[in-house]
Amino acid sequence: MRDVRLHADIPVKPVYGPEDLAGRDPARDIGQPGEYPFTRGIHRHMYRDRLWTMRQYIGFGTPAETNARFKYLMAHGQDALNVAFDLPTQLGLDSDDPRADGEVGRVGMAIDTLADMEEAFAGIPLDRVSVSLTINGMAAPITAMYYAVAEKQGAAPERVVTTPQNDILKEFVARGTWIYPVDPSLRLVGDLIEFSAMRYPRSNPVSVCGYHIREAGCTTAQEMAYGLAIAAAYIDMMVKRGMAVDDFAPRVSFNFTCWGKIFEETAKFRAGRRLYARMVRERFGATNPKSCMFRSLIGGGGSAFTVQEPENNIVRGAYIALAAALSGAQTMALPTYDEAYTIPSAKAQLIALRTMQICAEESGAADTADPLAGSYYVEALTNQMEEKILEELAAVERMGGIVEAVKTGALQAEVARQAYLFEQKLVSGEIPKVGVNTHVGERAAEADREVELYAFDPSVAATQVAKLAKIRGARDDRAAQAALRRLTDEARGTVNLMPAILEAVKAYGTLGEICQAMKTVFGEHKEPVKW
Amino acid sequence: MKVLIAKPGLDGHDRGAKVVAYALRDAGVEVVYSGLKRTPEEIVQEAIQEDVDVVGLSVLSGAHVPLARRVLDGLRAQGAGDIRVIVGGIIPPKDVDALRALGVARVFPMGTPLPEIVTYFQEAKA
Repeated sequence: MRDVRLHADIPVKPVYGPEDLAGRDPARDIGQPGEYPFTRGIHRHMYRDRLWTMRQYIGFGTPAETNARFKYLMAHGQDALNVAFDLPTQLGLDSDDPRADGEVGRVGMAIDTLADMEEAFAGIPLDRVSVSLTINGMAAPITAMYYAVAEKQGAAPERVVTTPQNDILKEFVARGTWIYPVDPSLRLVGDLIEFSAMRYPRSNPVSVCGYHIREAGCTTAQEMAYGLAIAAAYIDMMVKRGMAVDDFAPRVSFNFTCWGKIFEETAKFRAGRRLYARMVRERFGATNPKSCMFRSLIGGGGSAFTVQEPENNIVRGAYIALAAALSGAQTMALPTYDEAYTIPSAKAQLIALRTMQICAEESGAADTADPLAGSYYVEALTNQMEEKILEELAAVERMGGIVEAVKTGALQAEVARQAYLFEQKLVSGEIPKVGVNTHVGERAAEADREVELYAFDPSVAATQVAKLAKIRGARDDRAAQAALRRLTDEARGTVNLMPAILEAVKAYGTLGEICQAMKTVFGEHKEPVKW
Repeated sequence: MKVLIAKPGLDGHDRGAKVVAYALRDAGVEVVYSGLKRTPEEIVQEAIQEDVDVVGLSVLSGAHVPLARRVLDGLRAQGAGDIRVIVGGIIPPKDVDALRALGVARVFPMGTPLPEIVTYFQEAKA
């Protein structure tokens, strides 16, 4: 008989039965949907009351181009946005910075000043559309720009729903858009959480991401363990800053992937919800049930997709959407079939949106809450996954805790080691990939067949640079410089930096200037290169 | 044979770079990894200081052509034009020829099987 092991290194039996659930207390461990510990999902009726939000990740070129793509997808039924920023923006560099050469508008839209943000959301009412901002090191200034645009639109603060990613710890482990050293970076995360909790009560000021760490190579159990450890680090920080856990925890959200085996992914989320609920209640003393809810964006992971025979990725996307639905996602996003090649085409993004719509409205996956509950296999796997996640959490503690593990690079090294193990299994065929290492056609799949490549327009940089020069010339420079000086001064102390950042943003200080005003005090992160 | 695996530019995705570094190390190649977000100038300096035979650039953001050009120009300007430069990452087929024309010795676009990269180094060593 063929041996089967999951990504979390759990062996799978050919048959499961009641004996696999012996000794467990269903009322305590599984419970009801919408009730603590939320194993079966955070809402009583799940998708019968409200379907998941569909939120594709979009952004490229100038704010005007991105604005047009936003409107295209909204016209086709997408109900929320997830904004991609280019690398200079993510790293706090203006479009005319020499280090931005070749990168302006490439992997997301370029934002230099509030004027760009105004253009990106022109005609999009920010009191009605919820917007995720995939921004971390620069989350505080970019979210400040977003709040400023909402204010200019006349949106009431209590109606503004935005989710800046604002998860810097995972950036040190994967994705790499860190700027400042770990400690001042964490301070900025906390400043944004605190400011938003007080002023923008419906914002979700941090989205804890296991997603990117998994994409960087870790296992399913590690993805959940590292995400929970990072969430605990932020909650602990906010409590130490003097906030009551129930004053911000209800707005903490999560961003995870589910590209692997359907039942393993589902078990991961069921176990993760249970562990998170218990952690927030038992360790941090939350009394509001909403504080204990693991609210999640569940997206596909591009690493499931292949260059070879790219149309097959559409089929993989459908399985990922099903897994996300069975896992109890609040928000869903899918990679596009051309993901391995290019910035997604409008056609590829529409197919991803249609995939989620078909899953929602045709497949029956949304008909009843947690349809896999009670399955001998899924319940047993949920229990085993919980044990694995606890083992991985203990491993993080042995590294000195999540913050220390990130500072030393021990966590980064473990993730890279897992990535290499996974690649070796792909090479050996132990992990099958159709069209790649199994069922490979006689003729190697032709590169970029049927894929419309994104034609990067090099004039985007010139457009951005010209616009930036115009803004710098037209603004009240004394006000901008005064705001930037205030920011530097306050960075030396311990006050919340959001008011100073907002002042600089509204004075049309550039993102590069705002970043530098803090860098003067904070310095730059020095990466522990371990592999 | 000594190789510098380097991440030029602003792209923070290093899974591919690290996996290739591990595979080459296991194949008996001496490997140095630069870490993230190195400028082309820093990479040129590190390649010369470490006295490597090959620089492997990993770029996933799309900025591979200008970045490779600056590394190649820098090496030549420092009299180290004999150091071979190879490029891996999300490299569209149309850019493979452009990179080769700049002087890049070999391009490994997305989807390249890991053994193919290892074999290239083993043959280069022989």
